[in-house]
Amino acid sequence: MTDLDALARRLRESLGSGQVITDRQELRTYECDGLAHYRVVPAIVALPHTAEQVATVVRACADAKVPFVARGSGTGLSGGALPHADGVLIVTAQMRRILDVVPEDERAVVEPGVINLQVTRAASPHGYYYAPDPSSQQICSIGGNVAENSGGAHCLKYGFTTNHVTGLQFVAPDGELVRVGGRAEDPPGYDLLGAFVGSEGTLGIATEVTVRLTRLPESVRTLLAAFHGVDAAGAATSAIIAAGVVPAAVEMMDALAIEAAEAAVACGYPPGAGAVLIVELDGPAAEVEAQFEEVTALCEESGAFEIRIAADDAERALFWKGRKSAFAAVGRISPDYIVQDGVIPRTALPSVLRKIDEVAAENGVRVANVFHAGDGNLHPLVLFDDGVPGEAERAETTSGAIIDLCIEYGGSITGEHGVGADKAKYMPRMFGDDDLDTMQLLRCAFDPDGLANPGKIFPTPRLCGERPGRHRAAEDEDRFPGVEVF
Amino acid sequence: MGALDELTRPAADGDHVGGVPARLVASPGSTAEAAALIAAARELTVVIRGAGTKVHWGPPPRALDLIIDTRRLAGIVEHAAGDLITVVRAGTPLADLSLGDQQLVLDGPAGATVGGTVAANTSGPLRLRYGTVRDLLIGITVVRPDGKVARSGGKVVKNVAGYDLGKLFTGSYGTLGLITECAFRLHPVAAARVYVRAAAPASVVAAVLSAQVVPSAIELDSATGEVAVLLEGTPAGVRDRASVVEKLIGGELSEQAPAWWGVPPWHPDGIGMKLSVPKSRVPALAESGFPVRGSAGTGVLYAAPRDITEVERLRALCVRNAGHAVVLTAPPPVRDILDMWGPVPGLALMRRIKDQFDPGRRFAPGRFVGGI
Repeated sequence: MTDLDALARRLRESLGSGQVITDRQELRTYECDGLAHYRVVPAIVALPHTAEQVATVVRACADAKVPFVARGSGTGLSGGALPHADGVLIVTAQMRRILDVVPEDERAVVEPGVINLQVTRAASPHGYYYAPDPSSQQICSIGGNVAENSGGAHCLKYGFTTNHVTGLQFVAPDGELVRVGGRAEDPPGYDLLGAFVGSEGTLGIATEVTVRLTRLPESVRTLLAAFHGVDAAGAATSAIIAAGVVPAAVEMMDALAIEAAEAAVACGYPPGAGAVLIVELDGPAAEVEAQFEEVTALCEESGAFEIRIAADDAERALFWKGRKSAFAAVGRISPDYIVQDGVIPRTALPSVLRKIDEVAAENGVRVANVFHAGDGNLHPLVLFDDGVPGEAERAETTSGAIIDLCIEYGGSITGEHGVGADKAKYMPRMFGDDDLDTMQLLRCAFDPDGLANPGKIFPTPRLCGERPGRHRAAEDEDRFPGVEVF
Repeated sequence: MGALDELTRPAADGDHVGGVPARLVASPGSTAEAAALIAAARELTVVIRGAGTKVHWGPPPRALDLIIDTRRLAGIVEHAAGDLITVVRAGTPLADLSLGDQQLVLDGPAGATVGGTVAANTSGPLRLRYGTVRDLLIGITVVRPDGKVARSGGKVVKNVAGYDLGKLFTGSYGTLGLITECAFRLHPVAAARVYVRAAAPASVVAAVLSAQVVPSAIELDSATGEVAVLLEGTPAGVRDRASVVEKLIGGELSEQAPAWWGVPPWHPDGIGMKLSVPKSRVPALAESGFPVRGSAGTGVLYAAPRDITEVERLRALCVRNAGHAVVLTAPPPVRDILDMWGPVPGLALMRRIKDQFDPGRRFAPGRFVGGI
């Protein structure tokens, strides 16, 4: 019997056989997350129902020195939940109870498998909602949001997951259940919560999350402005920010992205637009009215040739439909595409977009641009046809060059999708050896054996000091043993 | 010790921390100088000092050779107004930040430097709307206790590349290394602002929170029985909302904050406590008979208990209300027989973090939670 067989037996004994999967066909269901071109079949999948069961699985992994990877809904776009071939995939999707909604404290307490949008649905009868709203909010889980520090279209004004989590219970990589924070703010000691949120499953597994609830705004106004090109739309964005307005969201799409969205969902954006902006303001009615007039005027001054103002929720939803479906929509105009996620200082937008055009032309591929213009978060979609020899490689080169541009302009290699398996190789371009080494001091404190989601974030694991008689499971092997790249 | 002699000077009379005298003082003028200093001081125990407004907070250090004074690490490195960010050296006094029609919304106790505010994680009334250091800090440069320079985050607000060391250093009390530079998200200065001030019970706080008025701050001072609400925004919007708040809590509009606004309630030589409870429990604290003051809208209040018995009673009250309480400052006779930090969940992990960053336990030894 191999070590993994023994581990599977131990897990079956403690969890029950229905919660442990070792059948090869069933395991294949879990071979990838939202980044489907990396695939690894895990050795074992565990489906715990409680925090104690998660702790049991992690402790068993720690005892056997077997790596483990956490997975929520599997919607991540950086391969953060890519399984380990010789490890256990711990799926938290069964833990989906909303434990408490406390509007008087502006908090909700949920299990990690709860879907993002369900928190808002539970809170909205009380006049509250959960602010972070990744585009996948109908299917992504809060546990995954915590791991990735997920953002969304509205984080320009409201911040990211890390700004909305005030308490956590998590299982540390040694199997210990740890509770930090709660409904009160500023827990004493190091900010373990701040360290944990966004650590991409490398510091443990969240088993209970206390989130902030935000008061539903009194008024929401949304406009769609059409421009002849991205420069004018960028200038409008700059003018809005310079006027001291902080919109809930400022989203931009270029001509190619608009073309794709029209083909896919017939969103009916103004014909002939070289770029559209969606600007949303929310807050107290009088405040929104005053600022909305200002924003409308600024868009006109910047060259908007058509401005539509959403008359009701249905029209507002239609504005957003084109934007929110943009990723999938490019499938209508291109057989294959790469979704990139990079950040630049917002003011660099016009020059970076020109350089992206140049890079795309040099490599003979097309790039559709969709971005959170307010905060400089670019989502270029690099279009290619895998059937044409060499095109996939040229698309990959283009995508990498875009990341280099983001770094060159003082931005980031990822704004919200995470580093995961996909971008670990870019980390040394953004950070020096000492920076990465220092980050890994934190990892060594949590996970000296490197068992929690090994191979993610950091291209080279750090040795966590002398540990006589112990062996590191993950680092002596290839980073992703058994990986198939599609 | 040659390098150290050049980089340090002998301590003077005022160079002590919580009554523990230092032997040496150094004032590096750049991250590189600070790194050279710390690399040369690898045998020394160290406490970092900014403007000194909070240097006596917390337990005294177990040992102290060297005070690193950050005040020469001063000035704005960059203010990218169009991107609403700034990069600032740690020794810069917050009051010196001149950012035009933008602001770094950190309104903790007056006189502090940027680094001191981050390291002690202080906050003021505006935390209700804008959050605290952890919400505004987007990048950090630090010198580790072994002299290596490291940074995390960056200059863009949206960024999830790598661990967020800024959060780890926020509130770390100088126990993990020296902060030399910080990048922050900024906010526009509002066109209009007004206070609504009233003599009102703490129960009105819930009504203001659930109204559609987006308050920038809701402060309470139970000694005077006052509640004050700050509204910011467009002139028309502020007028509109102020009248709503006026109806909810009574009182009157004012251009001026009350005298107690954002001022710690304790005497400089007295005991100062920070209390934190869920928002709904604020009335329980306000009506406890102990004078409390602070951010009623976030549940973070301050108190000036007179003796250890009162400290313990306040702490028990917070714990009963699903919160916690920390003694920030206390005179030596009280401090020496008191657990200033109180019980801290997750302490084992925190010790392991300290062991990784500062295995020699030389940086602010004994000043932090659990004797870290």
